Amino acid sequence: MRPMAPLTITGGRLLTGQKSGDKREPAAGAIRCDGDRIVAVGDVTPQDGDRVIDARGKIVMPGIIDLGVFEIDKPAFHFGGITRAALMPDQPPPLDYPARVRFAASFGKPDLWVHPIAAATRGLEGGELPELGLMREAGAKAVSSGRKWIADSGVMLRVLQYTAMLGLPFITHAEDAGLAADAVATDGETATRLGLASAPAEAEALAVARDIALAELAGAHIHIRQVTTAAALDLVRAAKDRGAKVTCGVTPAHFMLSDIAVNGYLTFARLSPPLRAEADRQAVRRALADGTIDVIASGHDPRGPEDKRLPFADAAPGMAGAETLLPLTLGLVRDDVIDMARVADLLCANPAAILGVPAGQLAAGLEADIAVIDPDRPWIVDSDRMAAQAGNTPFDRQPMQGRAVALFKGGMELKT
Amino acid sequence: MSDAPPSSFTRYPAGGEAFPHKDLTGISELAPWQILYLLDEAEQWVTLNRQATKHVDALAGLTIINAFFENSTRTLLSFEIAGKRLGADVVNMHAAQSSVKKGETLIDTAATLNAMQVDAIVIRHASSGAVRLIADKVDCPVLNAGDGRHEHPTQALLDALTIRQWMRARGEEEFNGLKVAICGDILHSRVARSNILLLSALGAEVRVCAPPALMPAAIEQMRVSPYTNFNEAIDGADVVMMLRLQNERMSGPFIPSAREYRHLYGLTTERLKRAAPHALVMHPGPMNRGVEIDSDVADSIERSAITRQVEMGVAIRMACLDVLTRRARGVPGWEPLKAEETA
Repeated sequence: MRPMAPLTITGGRLLTGQKSGDKREPAAGAIRCDGDRIVAVGDVTPQDGDRVIDARGKIVMPGIIDLGVFEIDKPAFHFGGITRAALMPDQPPPLDYPARVRFAASFGKPDLWVHPIAAATRGLEGGELPELGLMREAGAKAVSSGRKWIADSGVMLRVLQYTAMLGLPFITHAEDAGLAADAVATDGETATRLGLASAPAEAEALAVARDIALAELAGAHIHIRQVTTAAALDLVRAAKDRGAKVTCGVTPAHFMLSDIAVNGYLTFARLSPPLRAEADRQAVRRALADGTIDVIASGHDPRGPEDKRLPFADAAPGMAGAETLLPLTLGLVRDDVIDMARVADLLCANPAAILGVPAGQLAAGLEADIAVIDPDRPWIVDSDRMAAQAGNTPFDRQPMQGRAVALFKGGMELKT
Repeated sequence: MSDAPPSSFTRYPAGGEAFPHKDLTGISELAPWQILYLLDEAEQWVTLNRQATKHVDALAGLTIINAFFENSTRTLLSFEIAGKRLGADVVNMHAAQSSVKKGETLIDTAATLNAMQVDAIVIRHASSGAVRLIADKVDCPVLNAGDGRHEHPTQALLDALTIRQWMRARGEEEFNGLKVAICGDILHSRVARSNILLLSALGAEVRVCAPPALMPAAIEQMRVSPYTNFNEAIDGADVVMMLRLQNERMSGPFIPSAREYRHLYGLTTERLKRAAPHALVMHPGPMNRGVEIDSDVADSIERSAITRQVEMGVAIRMACLDVLTRRARGVPGWEPLKAEETA
């Protein structure tokens, strides 16, 4: 590859993603990169021979790190300003062997870095331990039960003890298996009227309570990929207050939509965990505001008609979320739920910290993963013309505000 | 008779405005007056069905497919008789014999049926919402003969017709204030949901009664009063509607045993005394005699409407097939629906 000229992005407002200090909110500044690294941030002037890009007042922020995707879908990620994605172990075949992890870790390079998440049990079946230590050597940045919850508390404790020893976070899917069983919706008027098998929202709090208890027992870091109910968020808040190593995330669907979105049997709104009551949606927004929630991720899971054009209960859960992740998160700023500094925490800095990768901030020495975003750019979601492999989004035909206008991975400019 | 005469009732909008729907997928899609329209339309078929010659040629030349993806004897037979008495060519498609077992998707099956230029499709399917999914993909009218736990609209219509005939015999007409108790496995019952929607739309006071494990969450949001105590639920009720307890749910996680279920929720002669003295007993069939209903109640000539329900079922299904095929048959006043109405 021909060596790239150093790159300087001027005229932007820098959103650095730094956790403290006076540089939290976007401030005028420039950033200079040489090779694949950031070399200077802030009061920087371009040097002779630099390629200079004028950001024209747009926000310059770290590339988004999408914590928990089910498919490596570069066009969608690049559209959405995503430069790194943590890949869930639910793959065909599951990421339960070191060789599979190593393959996944190299799969996206150079223009997308994939951080594989190792399967917590062989075949994700909730029983035997796979070679977690060897998978860490192969590049796994976390361990996860995948789409399912590990129902056997004995197995869960042993996995957590192992991940604690290895220093890897455990990413859990929190739905009590007995209550959730064959449910495809949350108990409530909508599920009852539509005649859908449903589970009480408390299935989540039960699972969260157990998982936190076992993680504290094992001294493990537990990350709950999606917390979607008020009761479970209270448990996370309390655990954080007593200093437990607990973090949690959510996807935009659960702060944008409530269970009425499935009316008409819209399988694009069939998600796991299922959409909740309006009171729970409001609780998620409060938890985003008060810092209880650490991460917003896309949960990107493109599904074609063979998985979605089916009766609701027979359809696969999941949505293509990479393209709408950024604008829907920016919507929280416009709604005064969070500020811009929190956007960088939720999308970049916190996911990087949880995965333990040196990224997610604009700082000298880090990989030059940079997104230039126009927070006001209007566009309309069209499920027939998405960058993603499939257009299964519950936000079809909805207007969005904000998108990446330029994207760099390791200093290399990508098509957004 | 070449065509069924359009309704002579003047309280409905003229022509096709009286029933502006392509399909019948659920009671939830019907306005109260549209429900009454179908009930009124069925009356002529009740009369016809009681004559020696039970046949008209209203639907002659039309093809109706009964596509049953879930086993059924009564409903299938009822739809078949209804179609044949109207002169249509009726074909039954059983899931066990179809390519559904070979992995063909529901959409592909729908496209296949559509390509055969059928004039109406009657569908039963085990998944809630499956009938709507097909209805949106085919050109002809689709009738829901039961989809999962969602709806079974012709059952609710035939129940309403049965109740109305019984009320008229007692000199009453209005559903307003009628106390109806629906008892049994409400959670898994599409019959319960359609009946709740229909009866409450017409102003009846609906109570539902089930053991807690078989009661859907937030059922009170459907404007019904939930009960777990059967004796309280039927206290003073005008109509007691019993639901079938599915065999696979008779023991295990939902209820301990059929014997205990009968003890707590079985309709016995003794228990029926708590209902209004004139109370009507209904059951969509097939019954588990000695479980949810005792034989002396089920067979009571004064109280039981169970065989009458079956009779009304044929008339209601004739009315639905007649009304929904009028546009295709070019019945005067029944213009094709505009795009936004079929969407």
